[in-house]
Amino acid sequence: MTFLSIPILTFLILFPVLGALLLLPFMKVQGSEKTVRLLTLGLTLVEFLVSLSLLLGMHAGSYRMQFTEDHAWIPFANIHYSLGVDGMSIVLIIMTTLLLPMCVLTSWKGISTRVPEFMMTLLVLEGLMVGVFEATDFVLFYVFWEAMLIPMYLIIGVWGGPNRLYATMKFFLYTLAGSLLLLVVIISLYFVGGHTFNIVDLMGQHYSKTFQEFAFLGFFVAFAVKVPMFPFHTWLPDAHVEAPTAGSVILASVMLKMGAYGFLRFSLPMFPQASHFFTGLIFGLSIAGIVWGALMALAQEDMKKLIAYSSVSHMGFVTLGIFVFNSQGLEGALLQMINHGVTTGALFLCVGVLYDRTHSRLLSDYGGMAKAMPIFSTMLVIFSLSSLGLPGLNSFVGEFLVLLGTFRTHMALGVMASTGIVLAAIYMLYLLSRVVWGVYTPKKWALPDLNRYEWASLLPLLILVVWIGVQPNPLLSLLHASVSHLIGQVQGGVPLASIR
Amino acid sequence: MSFSVVNILGTMPEIYLTFFGCILLILETMIPKEKRSWLAYFSIIALVFAMVASIGLNGKGLPLYSGLYIIDPFSNFFKITIYLAAILTILFSLPYLDQEDIHLGEYYAFILFSVVGMMVMVSAGDLITLFLGIELMSLCFYVLVGLKRDDNRSVEASFKYFLLGSFTAAIFLFGISFLYGAAGTETISGLAGFISNPGALKPLVVVGMILTLVGFTFKISAVPFHMWTPDVYEGAPTVVTGFMATAGKIAAFAVFLRVFWVAFSGNRHDWDLLIILISILSMAAGNLIAIMQTNIKRMLAYSSISHAGYALMALLLPNRESLFALLFYIFTYMFMTVGAFGVILMMRRKGVEGEEISDFVGLSKQHPIAAIVMLIFMFSLAGIPPFGGFLAKFYVFFAVVHAGYTWLAVVGIIFAAIGAYYYLKVVMAMYMKEPDGNVVFHSSMMGRIALALTAGTTVILGVYPAPFVDYIKSSLALFIP
Repeated sequence: MTFLSIPILTFLILFPVLGALLLLPFMKVQGSEKTVRLLTLGLTLVEFLVSLSLLLGMHAGSYRMQFTEDHAWIPFANIHYSLGVDGMSIVLIIMTTLLLPMCVLTSWKGISTRVPEFMMTLLVLEGLMVGVFEATDFVLFYVFWEAMLIPMYLIIGVWGGPNRLYATMKFFLYTLAGSLLLLVVIISLYFVGGHTFNIVDLMGQHYSKTFQEFAFLGFFVAFAVKVPMFPFHTWLPDAHVEAPTAGSVILASVMLKMGAYGFLRFSLPMFPQASHFFTGLIFGLSIAGIVWGALMALAQEDMKKLIAYSSVSHMGFVTLGIFVFNSQGLEGALLQMINHGVTTGALFLCVGVLYDRTHSRLLSDYGGMAKAMPIFSTMLVIFSLSSLGLPGLNSFVGEFLVLLGTFRTHMALGVMASTGIVLAAIYMLYLLSRVVWGVYTPKKWALPDLNRYEWASLLPLLILVVWIGVQPNPLLSLLHASVSHLIGQVQGGVPLASIR
Repeated sequence: MSFSVVNILGTMPEIYLTFFGCILLILETMIPKEKRSWLAYFSIIALVFAMVASIGLNGKGLPLYSGLYIIDPFSNFFKITIYLAAILTILFSLPYLDQEDIHLGEYYAFILFSVVGMMVMVSAGDLITLFLGIELMSLCFYVLVGLKRDDNRSVEASFKYFLLGSFTAAIFLFGISFLYGAAGTETISGLAGFISNPGALKPLVVVGMILTLVGFTFKISAVPFHMWTPDVYEGAPTVVTGFMATAGKIAAFAVFLRVFWVAFSGNRHDWDLLIILISILSMAAGNLIAIMQTNIKRMLAYSSISHAGYALMALLLPNRESLFALLFYIFTYMFMTVGAFGVILMMRRKGVEGEEISDFVGLSKQHPIAAIVMLIFMFSLAGIPPFGGFLAKFYVFFAVVHAGYTWLAVVGIIFAAIGAYYYLKVVMAMYMKEPDGNVVFHSSMMGRIALALTAGTTVILGVYPAPFVDYIKSSLALFIP
């Protein structure tokens, strides 16, 4: 499939990056902010619409890479520019392209300095993130994966809060240190796996158990930092608190998913034996993350920090679901990734709405918003309920499936993970009671209800939250083929006796 | 020894440049002071001339002057990289020399003569020729470093460099004498033949080898002979620093490679552990000490020590991957380092050069393009894709893993992560801190061209390196290690 005679996957990467170049002349023009914002919004919307055509053109029943492109890129070491997507990556790509217009909308009022630069950074970031989900060559994947750090580093560091320098440095060094080990493993894979960097070819190889274990650990560090799993999560609250709203949304909704995507796409199919070997480790850390994140969220005064810690907790469900190796768990994990992206993204947008008006994120500064901003409060309540897993809204489906998958194999784990849901109810309701209910005391700031940009950014997410909650099957059907193929790959790698 | 036409033709580029350098010295006395920039144009023309001549000689693997001098694609690759470094340096030097009030005509002649020295090094087929090249290059550098005669730091740097440099030259020469004593020859191929034969006088060869190793590590500023680097890099005029840090090191790497891969290939196991040790120490010392620097020239000096460490890893095993990795690394390193020094020398704060990292504060607000260019260099030096520096590091690690030293790659990668910190500090100063004064960025047409060339190449090397890769591959063809 092509778009404007450019292969569609290349188009999705190049379009935002070239769009960023289009904004370059506006850097010198005074008073061009409005034009720049409109232009960026237009560009991201076009990108979203084009990415939807992936849905139309895909074969939902096939696990194979689709829309593939393959060109020799770097002649030495056989590195290719090869792209391809399956159901899993298509869903994540569409989520990315859907969230970007929201980020532009929330930055409409939120970002007032160096607007053209901000929008350019955002667009470049979009292109690179889409690239991460599309790459089927390991070096190409790594290039996107690392290059993505640069715009994110700038977004937090230039447009962030007061403590942004510390936060952005921590974010960058943490993720860089994690991913560099990934590079060594990628190179070793090349020599062990038949002198290719092609991901699909590498999946077809069988690796010795020792190699699998070392390589798995190398991957694990990189992906666990990104997810983030329990002991590696400390960069996340800092980065979230200091990032501007758009940065927080991208971090929570897209970047965290890349860690889980890494586990699904690489660790499981390539190192099935090691994946089985290390399930204990992953389970322990996931449960620790679920409980610890939830407990930390309970103790937060800062709304963004609260949501950041809730992300740690929710992502614990994702890793848990991935490593129970059954279709409920895996599909639940994938769904939970999407849901977390939508819901947490929306929650950060909501905090952004408040922050733009008051420049405070402290719970103690708020109260009685239901009176001052009724429409906003309704939205916040719905998103919070979604986050705590209310049946009928999206997160319930994902968490339920993960727990179902877990109970099938590990009863005790399921019980422990369920505490996360209880705790989630406590901290989200606590957030609501402090912000939405309570007594409204007029302060020095004005609190108009949602303006049209905020409406436009929150409404689509609201629809998604309800729609996935009520009717998750269309989404799940996109994932079936990839998930069942994945299960085949994971279980093919071990003797049957060890599978329960 | 025969002085046939072939020999003369083969060394035509060297002869051109020497000739042009002499002409420059004469022209300098005839041209009025305001028109000194003509000398710059003249020397660029000379370098382009030599480059064309070198390209014309490409593909001919000729031992000239009975094997004292070798013209092969390998040496041509290094020569062309050195010409490019020199051309970029001269492009950068035009407004800078006037601002610093050191616009002397001899400057250009010394640049050209030092290039001749490097060419002799790169093509040397015998250790005495090699020594002559090193000395020719070093003598020019001693003068160039001390060009700012009124500045104590510059004079101190020059003196320090001269003392330490002559000391190591003596050690190097001493090493050659040991080798000659053992083998009875000082041609590289002769040595190789002698060492590969099992009855070779082992202890004598090892002593000679270690002494020559001292000379090379000094020139590439690897630990433990790196002490001069920060002081000299800081004291020297910034154009000269950029030139030394690139062209000088490149030439040194070329001979290092030729001597160790050809002459000492027979006793590889005597030196591979040494190289690993030097490489790890250089990465550690360079990256760790650079974190503490506030002066950006000193910081880049330590960073260049760590880069020497990375490049050295590729010297370990004689396979195609290693050779390719080293060449690619050097090529990329040249563009990003010259460019970074180019940005530094255009920065002005209160009339003097902006040497402190804090001088970069707020650059992105007042000069966004300059800031983006510097950002490219910093991220590329840190080895972050999609810039050339990433692929350079990638190939080095690729070669190291292929050679079976996966643990060494892991060590290198840990230091790469540490090293990212200080490059990010510069980006942070440019983009994330509020300016407290006026930053003046003084660029000329020539300087902008040079910046565009270096930054552009750095990006292209990371995004579409195929043409460069093909070129580098073609220069491996005749050099069989």
